[in-house]
Amino acid sequence: MGRHFRICLVRGCVAILLVGVATVAFAAGSSDPAIPNIFSPASTPADSIYHLSVFVLAICLGIFLVVFGLLVYALVKFRQRASDDGREPAQIYGSNQVELAWTVIPVLIVVVLFLATARVIHAVEDARFPTGTLEVTAVGHQFWWEFQYPQQGFVAANELHVPVSDPKSPTPTHITLLSADTDHSFWVPKLAGKTDLIPNRTNSMWIDPHETGVYLGQCAQYCGTQHAKMLLRVVVQSKDDFDRWVASQRKPVQNLDAVAHGRQVFDATACVNCHSIAGTEAKGKFGPDLTHLMSRETIAGGAALNNRENLRLWIKDPEALKPGSLMPAMQLDDKDLDAVTDYLQSLR
Amino acid sequence: MSNAESVLKPMTVSPAREHTRPLFDQVHDWIVTVDHKKLGLMYTLYGIVFLVIGGLEATAMRIQLAIPNNHFLSPQTFNQLFTMHGTTMVFLVGMPLLFGFANYLVPLMIGARDMAFPRLNAFSYWMSAMGGIILYFSFIGGSGLYGAGGAPDVGWFAYAPLTSPAFSPGHSTDYWIIGLLVSGVGSIGTALNVVTTVLCMRCPGMTLGRMPLFAWLNLVTSSLVLIVISPLTAAQIMLLIDRYLGGHFFDTQAGGSAVIWMHFFWIFGHPEVYVLIIPGFAFASEIIPVFSRKPIFGYAIMVAATLSIGFLSLGVWAHHMFTIGMTSYANAFFTASTMAIGVPTGIKIFNWLGTMWGGKIRLTVPMLFCIAFLFQFLIAGLTGIMLSASPFDWQLGNSYFVVAHFHYVLIGGLVFTIFAALYYWYPKVTGRMWNETLGRWHFWLFLIGFHLTFDFMHVPGVLGMPRRIYTYEAGRGWEVWNMIISVGVIFQIAGILFWVVNFVWAYFKGKPAGNDPWDAWTLEWSTSSPPPDYNFAKEPVVRSRRPLWDLKHPEDPDWKYE
Amino acid sequence: MPLGHEMRGRVGMWCLIAAESAIFSIFVVAYLYYAGKSLNGPTPREVLHLPVFDSICLFSSSFTIVMAERAVAQGKMRFFGIWWLLTIVLGAIFIVGTAREWYHLIYVDGLTISSSLFGTTYYSLVGLHAFHVIAGLTGLSIIMIVTALGQVKQEHASRIEVFAMYWHFVDAVWVVVLTVVYFIAI
Repeated sequence: MGRHFRICLVRGCVAILLVGVATVAFAAGSSDPAIPNIFSPASTPADSIYHLSVFVLAICLGIFLVVFGLLVYALVKFRQRASDDGREPAQIYGSNQVELAWTVIPVLIVVVLFLATARVIHAVEDARFPTGTLEVTAVGHQFWWEFQYPQQGFVAANELHVPVSDPKSPTPTHITLLSADTDHSFWVPKLAGKTDLIPNRTNSMWIDPHETGVYLGQCAQYCGTQHAKMLLRVVVQSKDDFDRWVASQRKPVQNLDAVAHGRQVFDATACVNCHSIAGTEAKGKFGPDLTHLMSRETIAGGAALNNRENLRLWIKDPEALKPGSLMPAMQLDDKDLDAVTDYLQSLR
Repeated sequence: MSNAESVLKPMTVSPAREHTRPLFDQVHDWIVTVDHKKLGLMYTLYGIVFLVIGGLEATAMRIQLAIPNNHFLSPQTFNQLFTMHGTTMVFLVGMPLLFGFANYLVPLMIGARDMAFPRLNAFSYWMSAMGGIILYFSFIGGSGLYGAGGAPDVGWFAYAPLTSPAFSPGHSTDYWIIGLLVSGVGSIGTALNVVTTVLCMRCPGMTLGRMPLFAWLNLVTSSLVLIVISPLTAAQIMLLIDRYLGGHFFDTQAGGSAVIWMHFFWIFGHPEVYVLIIPGFAFASEIIPVFSRKPIFGYAIMVAATLSIGFLSLGVWAHHMFTIGMTSYANAFFTASTMAIGVPTGIKIFNWLGTMWGGKIRLTVPMLFCIAFLFQFLIAGLTGIMLSASPFDWQLGNSYFVVAHFHYVLIGGLVFTIFAALYYWYPKVTGRMWNETLGRWHFWLFLIGFHLTFDFMHVPGVLGMPRRIYTYEAGRGWEVWNMIISVGVIFQIAGILFWVVNFVWAYFKGKPAGNDPWDAWTLEWSTSSPPPDYNFAKEPVVRSRRPLWDLKHPEDPDWKYE
Repeated sequence: MPLGHEMRGRVGMWCLIAAESAIFSIFVVAYLYYAGKSLNGPTPREVLHLPVFDSICLFSSSFTIVMAERAVAQGKMRFFGIWWLLTIVLGAIFIVGTAREWYHLIYVDGLTISSSLFGTTYYSLVGLHAFHVIAGLTGLSIIMIVTALGQVKQEHASRIEVFAMYWHFVDAVWVVVLTVVYFIAI
């Protein structure tokens, strides 16, 4: 029974360790861009955190293996055998030397961990920004993101465009974080750790993505019913592409006759109470700016792809796409609905 | 025969079961009782009932999250479920269970007749019970202006300004506040009782240095409760003032601060998790020595480590706030204090290991649960150390990594030791022994389910999945892990079923257990099973930490070595 | 440790005092945190006037209750009754004084619990204290009635002492509230 137990125990431990290693390897190695993996950083803050994490993990793994090994050993060696003579073992009450050893060593480990951590805290939080840093102000709303570009003079929503940053001459993006209602949190794992958006408080973070691409994230502080669909897309573009995007965002909207009816419905209905479209009567601030709505890949805070069908459904019945969102159903008849959808689709 | 021996001679007569009294009388007896044993049992049963309810809430959530874009639950229902699940598990399961065990066992272990204030004891129990009823009444009573069923949906930590009247109209949040305020009064009452009992009611010869560690750890826990529940009570009163009297404590439009709620909540919330786990340590510290056949290794150090954990726990709260934009100095300070608290905690693990070392380990069901606890608490502590590094927390805070971490501590640590304690003391409380086979089935099924769910739960966190989301996008790499996590629940439920069947069966058909089925050493094992109303016919007099060891080993008593 | 069964009452009361102190501390922290941050409304300096007379009454009531404790310990029940009654009167004067101060603040100065951060934190902190005074007065009155009925005896001296601890605590909190509200954050 004793030997059988030992074999089972050892096999069990090996199985657990293998599964653990496989899982960690899988998680760590996955660099698929659609997977927001913290172990696949693409920007300096995420990178610093990654290196610190590996260091901390290695130490913790070491501690684990030592203590785990001792526990398993104790279980195997000191188990009561069937052939036991029934006497009590030696009654040891303690040992000051042993206690000292296993106090001092953890204290030293903690000191080392702390120093390594303090360095990274300082590097990320107290970083200085070179000239040429892009300034963006992110305002959290229930349940969408507003992105203001004060230097360039326009406002976007839900999809953040930033220029790629060359490590040799960095052009980071500094993001000021505000909230219009409750607490939110900006988390795009491959680019940086998360920072909260808190009403009546100004927070700050920065990213300097090294590779172009689309980085995914979402709100990470429970903010109400549709917290789950307050998604983030950070589009990192080459300098040229970014400049082109900025230019198109600053262009005023074209007034096409083809969508005049739709525009009338938009202006006459309550849409203008919440939404802005630059160069028109619509100056609402409660909902996202729609001036260049069609330049975004998604709508409804990332909840749906930006195509005609979804757009029409969103206006007709927001509860179908995002139940609990704060956009009311506009009660338009089909003709008006189609007209407004046409109008919105003209906002490139 | 010495005075001590004649007093500690085990009683051989069990009090007769009360089958013959009318049901009404028996129920009345329980309602008006001030006996610590009955109150302890009621607390424990209350906690177990809510453990099952909280578990059902979790099961519903896991069904919803098993696949992406699922429609099993609406977002509103899901949000209510995670709020109620968290609030239930902390306040209606953890606190009642720990107070239940403290109530039942502390007077027995210190040779006392009852708690210091029996009537306060009863009052506190009923207040705690009522708090839970009020909270759960919200499911039917909480609809406000916007209808839609009224359980609170603001998360168990109810951050401002989400809880302001603007963002939480209706009464759901008020049920959260008032249910917990009432329950908090009960908690403070019982904590006061435990502290006074331990300090003032010990039998002759039992100095503080000769108390069972269980008594020491409950002293520390209850002292913490006294000063730590109050900040929550204060914050909740402030929130009520905001919601009903137009106050501005957390009203950001009036210049108020959302962050100050976080500070107040976590000044309560962090020590609260130590309040929950230290009784788990207490169970382990009684059970592991008995089934290793050795005294606890380093009694004095264990006491010192627990005291330091108690003190340090008051200084780490803002590690729940690493992402709110504190200065680098504040982040560094709380990183340091949180890492520091890992040292005395680790020392305890080493001492339990030292207890087992050189012993004769008997793998009874309670011991199996304690051994699993040691492995799991080690892992939980290590993920805690990882999270204490604030940059690491900037990535993984508020993600499923944190959810995995704290469930690892609370289930892998606390629930496992609670199961150990339930199996260990069941024979004493009921006089019957449970079934060994069913117990082992419970253990293995629950162990597998726990690890399936909570080991793999760390991965979605690493892959960017935040917490408190009712659904998630496909294609982010989270699907397979969420499915595994949900499957683990099935095993846990199976394990729980085995346990319930075992205990119910044993109550009616279990073998009589006798006074001391485990060959243990503390005073509760000297009484009959169950103990008589008055606990001890004559007040015990003790000379060492293990009075029954002294009796059983007169040639080699503990008091020669202490 | 020399604590025995007879110390239960005192130890229990110390526990209650610890818990209550923690509650008060949070309200004090909120008061200090928000000092100077109100967006509008009268400032503390404009409307608060140090309640000298009321405070002297409350502090004196600690003295009278000590005299009452001594009287009952010596079995002088008559004197006990007189000192106890005085304690109640002094406590009641304090509450009436607070009520008058609040009347003036609300109806003349326009400071309410909802008018500003100062209003919210001031009324909450001072109100919480007043609530504890009223609770104490209630307990004192019950004991007064039982004393008048002749049921309080010398052997109850230690229980009277335990109750008096609560009253001293309420006074001590007033020292802190006075200091914070009328001296530090004014």
